[in-house]
Amino acid sequence: MTALADLREGLRFDPAVTTAFEACRMAQLDLALEDPRVMSVEADLGDCWGLKFREEMPDRFLDFGIAEASAVGAAAGLAMSGKRPFLNTFGTFALMRAAEQVRLDICYHRAPVVIAGMFTGIAAGFSGPTHHAIEDVSVARSLPNLTVIAPADAVQAYDATKAAFALGAPVYLRLGVEPGPQVYDAHEPFEIGRGRVLREGGSLTIVTCGVTIVPEVLKAASLLGDARVVDMPTIKPIDRDLLVRCARETGRVVTVEEHSTIGGLGSAVAEVLAEDAPVPLRMVGLPDAFVKEIGDYGEQLRRHGLDAAGIEREVRAWLS
Amino acid sequence: MVNDLSAKARTLREHIVHLAADSPGAHVGGSMSAVEILTTLYFDGVLRVDPANPDDPQRDRLIFSKGHSSAAYYAALAEAGFFPVSELDTYKKSGSRLAGHPHTGIPGVELATGSLGHGLPVGVGLAMADSDVRVFVIVGDGECQEGSIWEAAMAAAHYRLDNLVVIVDRNGIQEDGPTEEIMALEPFADKWRAFGWATVEVDGHDIGELSNVLHEVPLTWGRPTCVIAKTVKGKGLSFSENTNTWHYGHLSEDLKAQALRELGGVR
Repeated sequence: MTALADLREGLRFDPAVTTAFEACRMAQLDLALEDPRVMSVEADLGDCWGLKFREEMPDRFLDFGIAEASAVGAAAGLAMSGKRPFLNTFGTFALMRAAEQVRLDICYHRAPVVIAGMFTGIAAGFSGPTHHAIEDVSVARSLPNLTVIAPADAVQAYDATKAAFALGAPVYLRLGVEPGPQVYDAHEPFEIGRGRVLREGGSLTIVTCGVTIVPEVLKAASLLGDARVVDMPTIKPIDRDLLVRCARETGRVVTVEEHSTIGGLGSAVAEVLAEDAPVPLRMVGLPDAFVKEIGDYGEQLRRHGLDAAGIEREVRAWLS
Repeated sequence: MVNDLSAKARTLREHIVHLAADSPGAHVGGSMSAVEILTTLYFDGVLRVDPANPDDPQRDRLIFSKGHSSAAYYAALAEAGFFPVSELDTYKKSGSRLAGHPHTGIPGVELATGSLGHGLPVGVGLAMADSDVRVFVIVGDGECQEGSIWEAAMAAAHYRLDNLVVIVDRNGIQEDGPTEEIMALEPFADKWRAFGWATVEVDGHDIGELSNVLHEVPLTWGRPTCVIAKTVKGKGLSFSENTNTWHYGHLSEDLKAQALRELGGVR
């Protein structure tokens, strides 16, 4: 894969080893250097790739300590007064511990806060179920006024962060924790609400999103042969037109996500297809259960059939 | 002046009686206890707000965090000129914007409240955004059982937000009974002081006392101010004072007539 540094002047990270969350942090810093309204709101996890921001602009790095309700409420207050806060914390803590603050303070008031959620999915494999966010998309998707984006890699995370900022409305970014294989080898304007066909194919469409998962799906698709792959980073509002077109053209749809199959990408796709293009659908994701085993990320994905081999196996079993 | 303000307080109480009688019901107790606090803020020149220019970026922000007491809040907003007094008649009627809990579709309302514990964290953010803007947050005492209040209390002191004032309507009674029986708050003022707030206790029905304090904030430079307004739940009506029976309720025609008589005038 072409090194990104060759493709774009000024790029300062190696996307092969940079996490999506780290890339999001870099975009935040770049935005902050251009725009004095940008603030970083923290809940004692600034240590996770946030130290450069703190060092460069300490007065705009606002740590609320281990107190998410207060951090979310204050972020909303800052946004209502014309600031442009990014709220950086674990996905579980923002969207579940402080869910009502997100709902009322941010979403109801359309306060332009970008919630950057790290440690999403089961990437924090050794940390155990307290630190897995396998329901965050379900919560986020149900909240009015909240846009939900799960980038596929660090490059897209950087671009999506800038797009989320430009939107000027509440956004949840789902950013994983491990660096994943690179999917995009050049920056491009990120269009919120638009999916992208990454691989052509005619016998079925696999719709997916998220760090590591998108590359695993691409590998699975090449093993399967004639499978189309759609990267759907914006889970809400979802790209209905693209979904309907792919369903009609390929006749079958599979969704793959590192999230409970209740309420996540699969559900979002099912809602569209059931209404506008009913075709056979298979949802591949995490079961409706807490993940009790610990292990490294790769091992966790294998256990749950979310590596390329597992995805291929699941799709073949469904087709047979 | 205080006589004028006392008359205004009486007018607000009359509005509350009408709202509780002419709608499915209202939070009478917490509305009545907050009347002098609202009167002092809106009608004694404390709050720098202008109904003709409600979005002025330099205006004082008032967050009415104990949003269930909307009857008192709406009465004050209407009397202050944010919307016509006649609109109070639509309180909780189908199609009205005057919902049981305030929201930002109503002129003068800064924050949708009534889910308790939200006002102070948001107030912290508003105060942090611009140190020249003053932020007042009215909270209930029962509301102070919410953990988010104390998270925000920590943050306000940590960031030395002397442009932030919390006024606690300390009426001593929450929905299920006396605060000290349900979940004790005392020593309440000591808690705020321990969290780093310049804290003062006042008679929450003495407009002169409230006025003196609220015109003097911040009480200490570099610290947020907490005014604990000691009030009587249901203040002003013999049947609603010091009881949780009238935490929420609908006033019958007989009780409405009695209430208006007790307040000293019939409209």
